[in-house]
Amino acid sequence: MLTITDLQASVDDKEILKGINLEIKPGEVHAIMGPNGSGKSTLASVLAGREEYEVTGGSVEFEGQDLLEMSPEERAAAGIFLAFQYPVEIPGVTTINFLKTALNEIRKSRGEAPLDAAQFLKLMREKAKIVNIDDALLKRSLNEGFSGGEKKRNEIFQMAMLEPKLAILDETDSGLDIDALRIVAEGVNKLRSPERAVIVVTHYQRLLDYIVPDYVHVLYKGRIVKSGSKELAFELEEKGYDWIKAEVAAL
Amino acid sequence: MSNILNNDLKQQLVADFQATESRLNGEAKTEVHQKRREAMQRFEALGFPTIKHEEWKYSNVNNLVKQAFDFNVKSDFGANDVETLEIPNLQGNVLYFVNGMYNAELSSIVSPESQLQILNFGRAVKEKPELLATYFAHYANYQDEAFTALNTAFAHDGVVVHVPAGKVVEEPIILRFITDARTANAASQPRNLIVVGKNAEVKMAEAFRTIGDNGSFTNVVTEIVVEENANVQYYKVQNETEKAYHIGTTQVIQKDKSHFYAVTVTVNGGFVRNNLNIVLDGQHCESFMYGLYFPNGKQHVDNHTLVDHAKPNSYSNELYKGILKDTSTGVFNGKIFVREYASKTNAYQSCRNVVLSDEASMNTKPQLEIYNDDVKCSHGTTTGKLNDEAIFYMRSRGIPKAEAVTLLMYAFCEDVISQIKIESIREYLSGLIVEKLAQ
Ligand SMILES: Nc1ncnc2c1ncn2[C@@H]1O[C@H](COP(=O)(O)OP(=O)(O)OP(=O)(O)O)[C@@H](O)[C@H]1O
Ligand SMILES: [Mg+2]
Repeated sequence: MLTITDLQASVDDKEILKGINLEIKPGEVHAIMGPNGSGKSTLASVLAGREEYEVTGGSVEFEGQDLLEMSPEERAAAGIFLAFQYPVEIPGVTTINFLKTALNEIRKSRGEAPLDAAQFLKLMREKAKIVNIDDALLKRSLNEGFSGGEKKRNEIFQMAMLEPKLAILDETDSGLDIDALRIVAEGVNKLRSPERAVIVVTHYQRLLDYIVPDYVHVLYKGRIVKSGSKELAFELEEKGYDWIKAEVAAL
Repeated sequence: MSNILNNDLKQQLVADFQATESRLNGEAKTEVHQKRREAMQRFEALGFPTIKHEEWKYSNVNNLVKQAFDFNVKSDFGANDVETLEIPNLQGNVLYFVNGMYNAELSSIVSPESQLQILNFGRAVKEKPELLATYFAHYANYQDEAFTALNTAFAHDGVVVHVPAGKVVEEPIILRFITDARTANAASQPRNLIVVGKNAEVKMAEAFRTIGDNGSFTNVVTEIVVEENANVQYYKVQNETEKAYHIGTTQVIQKDKSHFYAVTVTVNGGFVRNNLNIVLDGQHCESFMYGLYFPNGKQHVDNHTLVDHAKPNSYSNELYKGILKDTSTGVFNGKIFVREYASKTNAYQSCRNVVLSDEASMNTKPQLEIYNDDVKCSHGTTTGKLNDEAIFYMRSRGIPKAEAVTLLMYAFCEDVISQIKIESIREYLSGLIVEKLAQ
């Protein structure tokens, strides 16, 4: 589904990703962990098409297409979704209005008829229930004045609405209370299917109790320095990153 | 009025005035005409302002005053044309003025006379002499303002509205000023007087529209008297051509406990100058002023506001917002006076702009003159670009870039648009704005 080969990216001439290799197959869940500033969000942003980051080498293929040639909106239409670590506040645009525009644009690009107001509302109610998000929140300006947890929940709600093939969750668990964490994880699990894949960027094992990964990778200084099964996450939780840093230093 | 095209507008106007006066017969002796004559003298003395004049520093009327205009263009603008310029679902008292002249055929007045007395200026001179004697030219400053003097000197048509005390006018008043520049450089000087009695309420809009490829010049003055505890919603909507000059003054006087709301939206126009002057001549008044402008190309939009807190305990708040593209220019000049006796005044002002091109420019100038210590006043201006993070966020959800930009710009305007309480006008504007923003 997604093949990342030797991906390098920089911002303002500062190299951040220094050759990432990653293969994701349909149905898989990959967790990406790693110390602060190692490049996890950068990788997520590059996959979503943020123009600030300059890709200086390597390739990314998504379902046979050259992802790096596509605009962010084309990637969304192709089925990529990024749940932002820091969702943006957009005053004056309600979540409902925003999502209706987004959903219908995606449908349009796939040659599907737009949803009318009633169909959209029905879908929205259904999905809002899954992530237990309040109607009142959706009528407000997008993320404006939302609490940290509300913002994260809104990201998962958007994911549920857009039903992406590849969801990238960038620290969606940070700032969530225990109940919200479970609800968000359930939302992700509802989306899981043999055709869909998920990348979970997180610092904590606790989210992975709910969304059980097939693979765990450690990103450090712009490279994936270690990959393993879900046990690796337990090991990291217990021991921290020093041993990995030492391993890298020894090379 | 002469059709002689003279290349000096001032000389042309002086000649026009004399010609008009000689045809007035009995009306020449009326109080209204005495005002006109006085105003003409003032205009002759003042002349058109130049950029040396502090209030006209960024708005140069030099190109305007060198042009020749016909103030009496015959127009065959009729019902068919109205259809093409239709504002959907427009209901209420809709009055048409074509090249400054009232068109009774196109107009319709639906409110009962007990709620609303509304007639064109010419008729009011004959039928409501007391009303005009009491209010006409009492507030708009023709002593010092050249364009107001000029308008006053040529005050022959426009609307006179009187809402009797205690009446709530249910249907809005929509004044449509159509400049038909299809055959010539067309000019007009509408003059409006709105008197809203004690405890009365009214919603009104002035909508300016130019058609045709020639130049045009509108010099409009509207005086609004808001009596004690009255409530007035006033909207000014401009959608004129690139060649259109528009200079307008809305002069408002508020009495005790009155409420006044103004929303000024400039969708299009070549050279626009809007003066909104409010005198809070009462206690516990509230005034709200909102503005929106979207100049592109070479358009120039200048909003001057003046809020004069003459009595204690009143509140004013203004919010102007603009989006500038291409080589357009914008001006916001907001003056707030708090007089010596006007303690416990609250006066707020904010002007926010998005400048989308390096060649576009916005001049903002807040001016606070406060002669009392016991007040709360603030002002702020910002000029920025669109938020790139927000654009990326929207695109990452599948919204194409152009649409994301339009959505964001519309969102920026939303809090002003939503102030318009005449639904048909709000919908009409919102459509025009979306169209303009997508350009
Ligand atoms: N726009 C930018 N301009 C300058 N530096 C940047 C920019 N974006 C990222 N960086 C730098 O790149 C490095 C990687 O950042 P990134 O946000 O990808 O880290 P991360 O792994 O997601 O960290 P965290 O766990 O704290 O979220 C950091 O040193 C960061 O300061
Ligand atoms: Mg991060």
